[in-house]
Amino acid sequence: MTDSTRENAPVVVTSPVNLSTDGGSASALPPSGLARRRRRRGGAGLAGRLEIAALSAPAVIIFVTFVILPVFMAAYYGFYRWKGYGKPTDFIGLHNYVVIFQDPLFHGALMHNLEIVVLSLVFQGPIAVIFALLLNRKMRGQSIIRVLIFVPYVISEAVAGIGWSLLLAGNGAFDALMRDLHLNVLDRDWLANPHLALWTLMIILTWKYIGYATILFLAGLQGIPEELNEAAAIDGASYWQVQRRITLPLLGPTLRIWAFLSIIGALQLFDIVYIIWGQYVASTAGVSTMATYMNQNGRISGNFGYGSAVAVVMFIISLIIALTYQRFVLRRDTEGALTGGGRTR
Amino acid sequence: MTVGTLDATEIRTRRTKAAKSRELAWGNPVIYFIALLFVGVMISPVLYIVIGGFRTNSQITVDPAGWPHPWVAQNYIDVLKNGIFWRSFANSTIAALATTVGVVALGLMVSFVLARYSFRGRGALYTLFAAGLMFPMTVAITPLFILIRTFHLMNNLLGVILPGIAFALPVTVIILVPFLRAIPYEIQEAAEIDGCGRMGFFFRMVLPLSVPGVITVGILAFIGSWNGYLLPLYILNNQKSQTLPLTVQTFASGPYSADTAKILAFTSLAMLPALAFFSLFERRIVGGLTGAVKG
Repeated sequence: MTDSTRENAPVVVTSPVNLSTDGGSASALPPSGLARRRRRRGGAGLAGRLEIAALSAPAVIIFVTFVILPVFMAAYYGFYRWKGYGKPTDFIGLHNYVVIFQDPLFHGALMHNLEIVVLSLVFQGPIAVIFALLLNRKMRGQSIIRVLIFVPYVISEAVAGIGWSLLLAGNGAFDALMRDLHLNVLDRDWLANPHLALWTLMIILTWKYIGYATILFLAGLQGIPEELNEAAAIDGASYWQVQRRITLPLLGPTLRIWAFLSIIGALQLFDIVYIIWGQYVASTAGVSTMATYMNQNGRISGNFGYGSAVAVVMFIISLIIALTYQRFVLRRDTEGALTGGGRTR
Repeated sequence: MTVGTLDATEIRTRRTKAAKSRELAWGNPVIYFIALLFVGVMISPVLYIVIGGFRTNSQITVDPAGWPHPWVAQNYIDVLKNGIFWRSFANSTIAALATTVGVVALGLMVSFVLARYSFRGRGALYTLFAAGLMFPMTVAITPLFILIRTFHLMNNLLGVILPGIAFALPVTVIILVPFLRAIPYEIQEAAEIDGCGRMGFFFRMVLPLSVPGVITVGILAFIGSWNGYLLPLYILNNQKSQTLPLTVQTFASGPYSADTAKILAFTSLAMLPALAFFSLFERRIVGGLTGAVKG
């Protein structure tokens, strides 16, 4: 990949999707000339340095204070038994971590997280691709359909959670509707049955986030030149052959980025679970996640040292998975996208 | 090429077939049916909340899945007369607006530096913000709570606004930097020739030219803050300072937990502003999200 590609990789807001990996370089200015000019102009004198400092300091200070510092604080507090008052003094080394890794409740939460990661990909990916293909045909009312399927993503987790918990409650609207339709099999204890709860959660998560995936894929599809499909059709390819051989491969980068975001989101899942199952999560609802475990055993029980240690474990697990994914899956698409965008040339 | 092996008529038939299949897709009822089904599944829970708010509790108890009969507006009126609703509405509005303004101002400034200046450490600065995407709030929330308490900002909207700005900065920077970088250097040169310094260039040229990017970033920040749950849950503990998502949940699980109809009315009024905001700027949000994700 050329340098200019990396520079352009981060975002193209106006035309959201550049499909081919080197598509971005097309719009780039020739790097050499630009770099020379920029160096001359940006070669910061004292005034320039003051400008740089004044413009970037507020953002840097607030960002470091509230995003970076807390993570280091968590790493520090994680070594203490600490109730959150005064200075932490009771240093216990790795004891918190030992307890975490021996706690079956944490194992359960971690397993749920991993199941949610996998099931989210398996549920949402294919369905969203199918709907995106469907909506990518020329049809009337496409824009209103887009708005409507995006609605669940825009409403807050609190609203969604309360709506669903009333809808699915014992003798709630859903069960009643199923009885009216004589689908008694579907009149179940959706929320309280620990064997069902995870599947219920998956349905709710799919509902909440599939609109986002669909819109994303749709944007990806609309970046694929029409000529390719036409050429294939002229060569006698059927609709499905076109989708399989042309569309899906070209949608690859979008799919891989979506999967990455989905994985990270699933590992951090908290709001929906806490709002719907809040009072049960601690015991046996069957949907606890690492984040609800952290909340329960950290803030609610007042063990801030322990809660911090859980946060560190979560962070490390997410980081390992994210870096592995970046290393093996994303590398081709986004080389340098997260890190290379601001490199000095 | 392959086309060479086909005779002209066959090419023509295939071409018309391709064209025809596209025309068919325009009016294919199956497609519309599936699309309608999909849309129905997506919005029926939302409709359940809104329409359920027009029923009475006895209607809901007798037939949980029924239609309002008759339609009653009393639940909505009660909620609109409720001081708690309006106070948390005001809190949410203040927090969301302040977060949005803060993110846009700070984000524009630092993105301008990253996009238009060349200095040692620029790459590191960009990486710092980009890496912020890897630090989700869930991981930071426990120490963040300690930090906010140390600053004596508990139960204070500032305690939600400042971290909100900080956590919205990475996406903002990632969206805005390429946007600002795309402003042609010729414009800057022309401005310089006309006697405009770099700060003058920032205020007179960059600000107006970056409006579309700023709108996208601002909407994302606004909706993110409006819907935020985890941060207010930790920071805002008393009723007076709570934002809508918290109040909605307190309302649903507290003394009103038996009053299903009123909970539904409360919930649907709470989601209305985000929905209205979204439908106004739908194109920008969708464009912004897909753009941001491509990064």
